[in-house]
Amino acid sequence: MPMINVDGQEIEVKKGENILEACLNAGLDLPYFCWHPSMGSIGSCRQCALVQYQNEEDTRGRIVMGCMTPASDGARFSLKAENATQFREAVVESLMLNHPHDCPVCAEGGECHLQDMTVMVGHRDRRYTGKKNTYRNQYLGPLIHHEMNRCIACYRCERYYRDYAGGKDLGAQASHDHLYFGRHEEGILESEFSGNLVEVCPTGVFTDKPFLKQYSRKWDLQSAPSICQGCAVGCNIAPGERYGKVKRVHNRYNHDVNGYFICDRGRFGSGYLNSDLRLDYAGIKNPDGSFFAVHQQQALNTAADWMAGKKVAAIGSPRASLEANYLLRELVGSKNFAPGFSDQEADLMDSIANILQTSMSINPSVKQIETADAILILGEDVTNTAPRVALALRQSVRNKAFELAEQMGLPPWQDAAIRNLAQDQRSPMTIVSAMNTRLDDVASACVSLAPDDIAAFGHAVAAALVGEITNNPQADAAAQMLKMAKNPLIVSGSSMAHQGVINSAAAVADALSQTTSMLSFCVPECNSLGLAMMVADGASSHLKALVKRAAKIDALIVLENDLYRRGDKALIDQLLAGGAKVITLDMYENGTLDQSDLVMAAASYAESQGTLVSSEGRAQRFYPVQSPASERLPSWEWLLRLAKATEHKKLSKIENFDQIVTACAKSSPLFTKLVDVAPLNSFRDRGSKIPRQTHRYSGRTAMNSGVSVHEPQQAQDHESPLSFSMEGLNRDQPASLTPFVWAPGWNSNQSLQKFQSEVDGPLKGGSSGVRLISSSQTGADISSQITQISLKPHQWHLVPMEQVHGSDELSAHTEEISELAGRGFIAIGKKVAEKLAVTEGDGLLVKQDDIECSLEVRILSRVAKNCIGYSAGYAEARGLVAGRLVSLQVDKTWQRSGPEMIASDKAAFQPVVGDGGTRNV
Amino acid sequence: MEKVLTRNIEPGKAPTDMTAYEANGGYQGLHKALTSMSSLECREVVSASNLRGRGGAGFPTGMKWSFVPMDDKCTPGHKYLVCNADEMEPGAFKDRLLMEYDPHQLIEGMILSAYCIGADLSYIFIRGEYVVAIDRLRQALKECYAKGYLGDNILGSGFKLDMYVHPSAGRYICGEETALINALEGKRANPRAKPPFPQVSGLWGRPTIVNNVETLCNIPHIIDRGADWFKSLGVGEDAGTKMFGVSGRVKTPGCWELPMGTPIREILENHAGGMQDGLQLKGFLPGGGSTDFLTHEHLDLAMDYNVIGKAGSRMGTGTMIILDDQTCPVGMVLNLIRFFAHESCGFCTPCRDGLPWTRQVLEDIEQGRGKTEDLDTLEYQINYIGAIGNTHCALAPGAMEPLQSALKYFRDDFERHISGGCCPYHSGKGA
Repeated sequence: MPMINVDGQEIEVKKGENILEACLNAGLDLPYFCWHPSMGSIGSCRQCALVQYQNEEDTRGRIVMGCMTPASDGARFSLKAENATQFREAVVESLMLNHPHDCPVCAEGGECHLQDMTVMVGHRDRRYTGKKNTYRNQYLGPLIHHEMNRCIACYRCERYYRDYAGGKDLGAQASHDHLYFGRHEEGILESEFSGNLVEVCPTGVFTDKPFLKQYSRKWDLQSAPSICQGCAVGCNIAPGERYGKVKRVHNRYNHDVNGYFICDRGRFGSGYLNSDLRLDYAGIKNPDGSFFAVHQQQALNTAADWMAGKKVAAIGSPRASLEANYLLRELVGSKNFAPGFSDQEADLMDSIANILQTSMSINPSVKQIETADAILILGEDVTNTAPRVALALRQSVRNKAFELAEQMGLPPWQDAAIRNLAQDQRSPMTIVSAMNTRLDDVASACVSLAPDDIAAFGHAVAAALVGEITNNPQADAAAQMLKMAKNPLIVSGSSMAHQGVINSAAAVADALSQTTSMLSFCVPECNSLGLAMMVADGASSHLKALVKRAAKIDALIVLENDLYRRGDKALIDQLLAGGAKVITLDMYENGTLDQSDLVMAAASYAESQGTLVSSEGRAQRFYPVQSPASERLPSWEWLLRLAKATEHKKLSKIENFDQIVTACAKSSPLFTKLVDVAPLNSFRDRGSKIPRQTHRYSGRTAMNSGVSVHEPQQAQDHESPLSFSMEGLNRDQPASLTPFVWAPGWNSNQSLQKFQSEVDGPLKGGSSGVRLISSSQTGADISSQITQISLKPHQWHLVPMEQVHGSDELSAHTEEISELAGRGFIAIGKKVAEKLAVTEGDGLLVKQDDIECSLEVRILSRVAKNCIGYSAGYAEARGLVAGRLVSLQVDKTWQRSGPEMIASDKAAFQPVVGDGGTRNV
Repeated sequence: MEKVLTRNIEPGKAPTDMTAYEANGGYQGLHKALTSMSSLECREVVSASNLRGRGGAGFPTGMKWSFVPMDDKCTPGHKYLVCNADEMEPGAFKDRLLMEYDPHQLIEGMILSAYCIGADLSYIFIRGEYVVAIDRLRQALKECYAKGYLGDNILGSGFKLDMYVHPSAGRYICGEETALINALEGKRANPRAKPPFPQVSGLWGRPTIVNNVETLCNIPHIIDRGADWFKSLGVGEDAGTKMFGVSGRVKTPGCWELPMGTPIREILENHAGGMQDGLQLKGFLPGGGSTDFLTHEHLDLAMDYNVIGKAGSRMGTGTMIILDDQTCPVGMVLNLIRFFAHESCGFCTPCRDGLPWTRQVLEDIEQGRGKTEDLDTLEYQINYIGAIGNTHCALAPGAMEPLQSALKYFRDDFERHISGGCCPYHSGKGA
């Protein structure tokens, strides 16, 4: 290991790292702005200056930038030398020339890296007496607030947004001290990852807009370690709560999963939690269809009555925790349990779970995905189905650049130099899909095929890999690309709703000979894989089978699941109106709930704890950030109490959450490791629970005084090692129990490095989560049969198009997300549009069997022959089933949405009177 | 003295076209090199000639070229030669003369240089305002293609080169070679961090040489007549001739080709005609707007890179700006700092925000609002912004050079601004 000398102290450094990293790793406070652990160095802010000496005799030295200087053995530096400290102070003083000093009204205040660095360098009195530059702020959409005056021009936003996340509509403009970071004109930021600007910006230029509407300081937020429920990737998040509201969601670092970044659905999609449409109380249906509120015990007694000695069936949910699903399945018996997938999805999930256990390739973590140097994507628009994985894929294609850099001896943190060197040379990525995908811009080849043909293409690649003749040059090229790679990666998933596509991906993965080959599936919901593993024994039912038995069922329990999203209306109606008493546990009003006889108000993910299994097979625990409001209970608690009320033999012995986990772990060999997911309830750090509140949490005794002057008792958490308190230490406990990051002198999220074992490394407390699935590597048992659908004239293959904003059930209830989602749409190619004589924004009537819906036309540049896409998961497209044929006709009654003005524009265009006339501002 | 770079240039004479250029020995160097010399031999001649870059830094051209990976060391792909014709240094107008009146000399130099480093694509990155030069270069390129001096298989040697004129969108920073490369790629004209140097990873990530117009114009003569001849041209330490310019209130400001090492006094008095009547020399910037002031005591120094360097300034582009005793030195420095603050690319903090701060302090002093402690602030800023390595590129250190030397030589002028509460030159209380 090389050694460097910093102010007389010998420091062991990692080969290839830079001095800034070395100093931070050694626990030294060297201020910085433009450097970012996952984006590397460019040397623009000049903040991490220190003095380098030629040798022991050299006493003057010269100023170098820590982030741009490699840590070479024997090098000598000083952080404390006067010229270094003076220079660093001068840098902050010059940044302050134009900074507005509006910390008291700035949303970044209290967690501002600029504040921290200013204090760190000791700058106090500004000598500049001139005017400050000011700028116009831009409207950037409902998610991001722009306050350009605060900018210190560190270039992080541009580098993150363009270089890292592949966005095109935000960047540096103008020059000298008139630099402007924004869009070329006002408008909604296009990237699905725009929210990370909030955390990337070291000051308050880009802030969380929904958070501003209900703002609290960081120190006043109560946070908890949580897992995003927006998709199956399992990103770690830290929701922040005050006054009973989840005010914002921040990224929570997990080295193996999301690293520093999450998608906008994850960050902004939790707004529904605070909605008035959330259920507060249990309710029993009145004859007129309305519900009357009842106490928890009353609801439980009623349910127990309905269930006693009767035939009870239950439907689980891929968006509910493993624990809740487990309890429900045990409560009614596995034969009476349907996992709550649509029948199509159930088969797909079953085979994905199987393939992952047998494939010759490993199922990679997001971090491992970033190591791929050749990628084949079959059918998936990853940016919309597993956004964080897509962000990782954007980094994978840069491995070519890092390879070139290594040949030239450039360290990987030399960001600008490596980009200049590689230009647009990327590692190869072939995307085979029915439509445009959001990764097309970095793909080396895009092949447009209908789902059946995608499957055939996959099998052809597999055949080519084992040396067969395919007569398919594109498949041969893809096979060659994978063969040449060190770490080839196949990405597929369930969003095509096509068994053949999934099988073909497994076939390619099995045909690869590299031991490092990877196979990743995008699956629909946060616990889809966990649920599929739970029912892998085959003992549970399909929805359709349950419907067949509907007449014989006396009571049906539905867990956090709107069944109308899972099957066609007639089928679900038959099930719910079949005479059985329907007991529903959910948090939000929906169609299924309306058809229920008894409703139990379920707590949200922010009010309960549970375990989810991500698409990687990683089981992770989420913890409540607040105790459930009103008479809500976590679903697992409802079910546990129901088991008690019904005197269930096995379950009534269970007393607490940890015991559910233990029982669940014993229930299947796949779940053995569940007990290691997170520490037990009895875990204590230096004798205390881990505090959810910061050490500066204020107003505890007063915050409720609007309701009562008597201070309520602190909420208690009896089920986890976390407390609703500011007492205790948040330091180096297991990562799964780290609610927020904060360190002395480091108030912003940059304090993360104090929690990491090394810069950009895992947290000191390890990476949270446990991998449940490891493949036996025997090869997947799959069929290569593909049933081709034959089309009649005027019929199309219907291909689901998942959307980051709009397709997810819960986040779509968030105001900002629904604004971004827009209307339900039908996506067609230019030729079809010409044939039907429609243009973008017109309406089309889509007919499938007896379903008919009107959808807005979107015209795509790349569409496979005979394919049309639809906005999957949107209310307007409810009932459409992927893969079945549809016919199209122009909707004559369609109202085109005008050039709809966004809310802020409307306000801006209000006439202003007062300058002698009316004008628009 | 023998005219080399300007042998085809006379006041009042039309610019040379292909015929006129060839009639006066043009393209002989090209013929000689491509028919009888290897690229290695050509490089050796240039190295031996001691030619130093004429753009300002004075880096030995042969050495610069030697870093370009040749043949087997280089992965397949293009190599580039770029001519830096973005002449924007305050006070400099020498490249313009060379391009407008003898465009073929530059082109021949570029073809030869490209041959030396094995480049197959070359660009003339030219200041957008030089519309006459752009026209004439484009015309000359046409003639070269017609004649077979550009394109495939030049003079049957198998050597291939294409050349393009690329007018700059216009920023001073584009004169910095890596910012120029970024601009040429269509990116923001921010300089790049070095290493890697453009010789190994430049334009589009490929090996690239960027040379100044005047440097390239020397190449045909060096190849044609040899290194020893070239070295014999200088009268001091450095080799060859140099385009020297003088601006300011002298009798005949202008631009002349003179031997390297010509004494400053000779340039000023014999060629620029001395100061205008009634004016005294107060100081001068020997190499353009980003070099330190020199004064009377330096008049007998030779214009050689090292000699001027030892005197505390830089030879820069060799285009002097004269300060007379009736012009306010504070105002002159302020004017320069305004220029540099405005031309900062905005990439690094000391330059982007430091220079406007300096500008503000100087404005206060010049407009009579200065305070005694302002001089300390200026010293502080010189220390902060002026040291190479503190900033991302050399723009800001260059900008501080006239200021730091003005404070050294003309400190009393600054003090009189402060004590008098006004500019003594503008209030009639001049020197």
